[in-house]
Amino acid sequence: MSITSLSAPRFHRPEWATAPVILGAVIALFWVVTLLTVHWWTPYDPTMLAGMRFSPPTWENWLGTDALGRDVFSRSLYGVRQSLPIAIAVIGCAVLIGAVLGALAGYLGGLVDEIIMRAVDVTLSFPPILLAMAVTASLGPGLRNAAIAMVIVWWPIYARLMRAQVLAIREREHVEAAVASGAGPARVLFKHILPLCWSPIIVNATMDFGQIVLLAASLSFIGLGAVPPTPEWGQMISEGALHFYRWWIAAGPGLAILSIVLAFNFLGDGLRDILDPRSK
Amino acid sequence: MIGYVAKRLITMPLLLLGVITVAFLLSHFTNADPLTSIVGERQMGNQAVVQAAKERWGLDRSLPEQYLIYLKNLLTGDFGVSFRTKQPVSQDLLARLPATLELVIAAMLVGAVTGVTLGVMAANFRDRLTDHFARLFALVGSSIPVFWSGLILLYIFSVSLGWLPGPGRLNPRIEAPPFVTGFYTVDSLIAGDWSKFVDAATHLILPALALGWTVTGIVSRMVRGSMLDVLQQDFITAARAKGASRMRILLNHALRNAFLPTLTILGFSFAYLITGAILTETIFSWPGIGSYAVAAARGLDHPAIIGVTIVGGAAFLLANLATDLAYLAVDPRVRLGGQSER
Repeated sequence: MSITSLSAPRFHRPEWATAPVILGAVIALFWVVTLLTVHWWTPYDPTMLAGMRFSPPTWENWLGTDALGRDVFSRSLYGVRQSLPIAIAVIGCAVLIGAVLGALAGYLGGLVDEIIMRAVDVTLSFPPILLAMAVTASLGPGLRNAAIAMVIVWWPIYARLMRAQVLAIREREHVEAAVASGAGPARVLFKHILPLCWSPIIVNATMDFGQIVLLAASLSFIGLGAVPPTPEWGQMISEGALHFYRWWIAAGPGLAILSIVLAFNFLGDGLRDILDPRSK
Repeated sequence: MIGYVAKRLITMPLLLLGVITVAFLLSHFTNADPLTSIVGERQMGNQAVVQAAKERWGLDRSLPEQYLIYLKNLLTGDFGVSFRTKQPVSQDLLARLPATLELVIAAMLVGAVTGVTLGVMAANFRDRLTDHFARLFALVGSSIPVFWSGLILLYIFSVSLGWLPGPGRLNPRIEAPPFVTGFYTVDSLIAGDWSKFVDAATHLILPALALGWTVTGIVSRMVRGSMLDVLQQDFITAARAKGASRMRILLNHALRNAFLPTLTILGFSFAYLITGAILTETIFSWPGIGSYAVAAARGLDHPAIIGVTIVGGAAFLLANLATDLAYLAVDPRVRLGGQSER
């Protein structure tokens, strides 16, 4: 054994920190930093002329230019300003609504349970994108309405999860002990049941985050989300589809979406290993 | 188990009614005025035209009345008339159904072949480079936006290499084969028109690849998992001890036992494919229900949106029900008592 291996401080990589998890964290961090700083360092303004129309990638325009001569690279980076905040808001609202209703259903049971869970069943009977399309179309196109539609499509998933968790944990002995020692229903629910319910919801919400980004982009791609001059990934790919023989127009936004979906998939896997080591 | 099946079958019509109700409510609690999209902006000032349109589409009745009328019409297969095409929605949907089914079935084949191949490879080379590569390929397939992977395929195989035709179902200069099944590939073979078959089949390849890739991951994960399960069992050791080759063990012993779960997961993937078809059809100008749905949503064509949503919901429900029941039939260990249900 050499001296160096004895004296060097040994870094213990935790078991969950696999290569995919680290990669996912790096990608997610990149996009968060981009979200906060993009206006300082992109080479061009995302809505202004930045060169010839349809220029293929060059040293001036790394990912070429689109039909209006705007820089695809800058626009792809700016797209994060639409997608990330929307996905955060949608996941936040869906988890909140779903968790509250799911907890009520699981804890109260009876008629409340029946009503909430039938609403869940009906909502989950639709293909997600079809329901999101129909809701957005009836609310009127636009990113805000698309976000509302996505919350409507997504909350039942968390309601189901939460209800199952509450049902399982309600039967545990420490809850029985709390009830026996005279704790009221609200105290039992908030102090003894809910704190133990969160890990599967956090894991699922992390994995779903990428799917929400994808769904938002799909709605914009269809033409129900972002309005044209805004740099938005789905919208940009839909412009790229009109000129599919110029591959670079859709390449930036496509890669951006793919990277986010993959990153949150990996992160969700890692979180599951941390929060619920038994699932391995 | 019989109780479970009965319960699923009984709740099915109730869920369908729920689907119809949601779709109906959606189209009526709308910010966009459906009148505008029938009459057109310019005619909105013309009272006579507006009144005639209202009466024709029943837009001047009360909401419960409209709902009952709509339900009654649905029972007779009447989904209303599309604002955009001026055709009955049911007729539009029926005319476009074969195109979607042809695409979805072809995509399912792609998903099955790639998924099983990758799954077997991954199980055989567990935790080695091949395994990692196979899993990454499958994961990218389920993560990539299908409206981008479709564009990439178009660019590579149609624009750059010129091996395959661009968007569409047939070369526009070729007439559709006489209608038998509505599948151009099958109908052209029935008509004995080989060149038409080649044209239809080559048009089908790219959209089927793009859509099929999205379910490769579901299938390969299932195949890999069940192969690994089977490979640990005693009869595999026995087969190996008797001198069976690795290939024979993999394909004859392990894959055969992984076959049924794979079949049921394909049913599950069907529900996915219906969803993916919406975007894939739009990219490939495929004249199916998916591109119809997108056009309807863009044009605020309410009868068409409700129609597609109901049909899509029904198809989704049926596919999920069929998958669950198939699971039950294949694997009696899956006793869906209380915990996984609901």
